Amino acid sequence: MRLLTLAWHSLVNRSFAVILTVMTIAFSIGLLVMVDQLRQEVREGFYRSVSGVDLIVGARTAPIQLLLYSVFGVGSATNNIDWETFQELQRQPEVDWAVPMALGDSHQGYRVMGTTRAFFEQFKVGDQEGLVIQYGQPATAVFEDLFEVVIGAQVAKQLGYTLGDEIVLSHGTGRVSLQSHDALPFKVTGVLAPTGTPIDQQLFVSLRAHRALHVGWESGVQRPGAGLDQESARQSADALQPETLTAIFLGLKTRAAVFGLQRRVNEYRVEPLSAIIPGITLQELWRISGVAEQILRVVAALVVLTGLLGMLTVLLTTLNERRREMAILRANGARPHHIAMLLVMEAGLIALAGIVLGVALALMAQWALAPVLLDRLGIYLSLQWPALWQWGVLGGIWVAGLLVALVPASLAYRRTLADGMQVRS
Amino acid sequence: MNSLLELTGLRYTWPGAEAPIALPDLSLSPGEKVFLYGPSGSGKSTLLALIGGLIAPDAGEIVFSDTRLDTLKPSQRDRFRADHLGIIFQQFNLLPWLDVKANVVLPCQFSPRRARQCGDVADAAVQLLMGMDLESELWSRRADALSVGQQQRVAAARALIGRPDLILADEPTSALDADRRQIFVDLLFEQVEHSASTLLFVSHDQALASRFDRQLSLEDVGE
Repeated sequence: MRLLTLAWHSLVNRSFAVILTVMTIAFSIGLLVMVDQLRQEVREGFYRSVSGVDLIVGARTAPIQLLLYSVFGVGSATNNIDWETFQELQRQPEVDWAVPMALGDSHQGYRVMGTTRAFFEQFKVGDQEGLVIQYGQPATAVFEDLFEVVIGAQVAKQLGYTLGDEIVLSHGTGRVSLQSHDALPFKVTGVLAPTGTPIDQQLFVSLRAHRALHVGWESGVQRPGAGLDQESARQSADALQPETLTAIFLGLKTRAAVFGLQRRVNEYRVEPLSAIIPGITLQELWRISGVAEQILRVVAALVVLTGLLGMLTVLLTTLNERRREMAILRANGARPHHIAMLLVMEAGLIALAGIVLGVALALMAQWALAPVLLDRLGIYLSLQWPALWQWGVLGGIWVAGLLVALVPASLAYRRTLADGMQVRS
Repeated sequence: MNSLLELTGLRYTWPGAEAPIALPDLSLSPGEKVFLYGPSGSGKSTLLALIGGLIAPDAGEIVFSDTRLDTLKPSQRDRFRADHLGIIFQQFNLLPWLDVKANVVLPCQFSPRRARQCGDVADAAVQLLMGMDLESELWSRRADALSVGQQQRVAAARALIGRPDLILADEPTSALDADRRQIFVDLLFEQVEHSASTLLFVSHDQALASRFDRQLSLEDVGE
C-alpha cells in the first residue's frame, strides 16, 4: 500500500538505527526459537534412542546415571554385574529378549560395546525399528569369528572404514588412549544403517572378544607378557566365558509386565541391581533439565521485551526530529490517523524483519550445534522449521510490536492535531 | 461572478492566548493571483491555518465555493484540504527521504480526487517538474540533495499537482535571493495559470507585490 511504501522509505532513511533495532529483536527471537527447537529435538533424539527397550538393568546406581552411561555414553558405571545375573534374567518368563553390554574399550574416541548376536537381532530403536546391517554379513552370521567388529554408520563415515579394514581397539574410554590392544586387531565385517541414535557412534564386538582382550588386564593395566595372541585366543574361545557386564537391555513380551519385573530385579538378592524403565527415567531427566530450560525461556522472553523497548526508544527519540515531516504530510493531505498508521507500520516492518532474521539465526544455530550434539550424545539434530505453535508465539510478538508502536503513534496523532500545519523546527 | 473563497468576521483564540485574533474579511475570485502583505505577528499563521482547515474559528464564516468550512468536522476539513488546497511553506517543504518525483505525487496519495484530475499521475508530475524548470536528472535524487531554490520549485510542483482550486504560498521566496525570487514567481505564475488555480501568496517582500492581480495587507488588522 502507499503508506507502507512511505514507511519503508522512512525506515531506509534511518537505516543505521533501524538495523540495530532489527538486530536486537532478531537475536532475542533467535534465542527464543532456538531454546525451544533444541529442547524438542534433543528430547525426541533421546526418546528415539531408548523407546525400543523396556528395561535397562545395571549395578545399583541412580536411575538417570544408569540411563546416561548405558545408552548415551555419558559418565561411566561404578560397578559391574555378573554374567549369571544375565542368564537368570534371560530365563524370566516375561523376557522376550535380553541384550548384554560390556563397556570399557574405545576406538578413536568411539565407544566399543561387547555384546551378543541378540543385539543385532532383537534390539529396537525409535518406533520399534530393528537394526539393519547395511553392508556385510547378515545379523545371523555376526561374530562368527572372534575378531570381528561391526561399526555404527557414523563411525564408518567419520573414520572412512569399509568392510575388511583392520582396526585396533584402545583400553579405556578416553579420547586419547595410551594403552591399546595392539596384539588383537579386529576386522570390520559389518556396517550398520544409520539410526539417528548413539548406536551410530559405537563399535560392536562379541562378548568373548571383549573378554579375550582383557585376559591379563585384570588389574586395570596389562601384566607384561600376560595377554593372548589371536591364535591362542581363537583356540580358547569356548573357554572365554564373559564374567561381568556393564548393563543389560531387556525387551518384554508384554509391556504390562514391566513394573513387576522391575520390582523383582530391584529386590534381587544375589547382587544389588537397578532396573529402570527408560521412558520414566527420561521424564525425571527432563524434570531436572526443565528448570534450566525454563530459565533460558524466561531470559529469552526478557530479551524479546528488551528488543521491543529498544524499538520504542528509537521511534520515540526520532519523533521530535520528525515533527517537520509530520507537518509536511499534514499539509499534503495526510490525516492524523495516516500519520499514526505510518508509525505503526514502521514498527510492524521492524518487528517483522527482526522475526524473520531471528528464525534464520535460530536455524543457523541449530545447523552449527548439530555436529556438537552428534559428537557428544549421538543425537541427530535435523533442521526444524518452527512448529505451528511457535509461529503463533512469533505472531504474538509481532502484534506486541504493533501495540508498542501505539505509544509513539498516539503521541504523533495528538501532536499533529495540536501543531496543525505549522512547520516547527 | 461567484467568489472562490469568502472570509467574513473571523476571530480565533489560540489555546493559552488571552486575546482573540481578529482577521480582515477577504474574498478571492477563481483564477485570481493575490498578494497578501503579512509581516510576522500580523495573524498570517492564523489565517493560513483557518483557510487550511486545521483550526475552526471562534466566530465568523469561511465559505469555499459553496462549502461552509467553519462548520465542517475536523476529518471533513482534512479531506477538504487534501482535495482542494496546494500548500507551499517558507522552506523545508519536502520529505528528505523521498526522491523528488515521490515528493511531487504525495498529495495524490491522500486525495483520490486530485489523483483523478491528474489523469496519469506520473505524467502530471513530469509535466510540472519540467514546467518548474527542473532537469530530469534531478527527479530521482533525494529531496535533500537539491539546493534550496530547487527544493522550493519542487514544492510548487507538488502544490500544483492534481489542479487544486487554491494554492496557499506562505513566504515561499523568503529563503531565495532576489534574482531567484523573480524567476520562482515567473515559473509559479505560469503553472498556476496553466492549471487555472487561484493563488494566495503571503509575503512581506513588497518588491514582488506589483506583479499580482491584487494586493492586500494584514497589517492594519489585529487587535
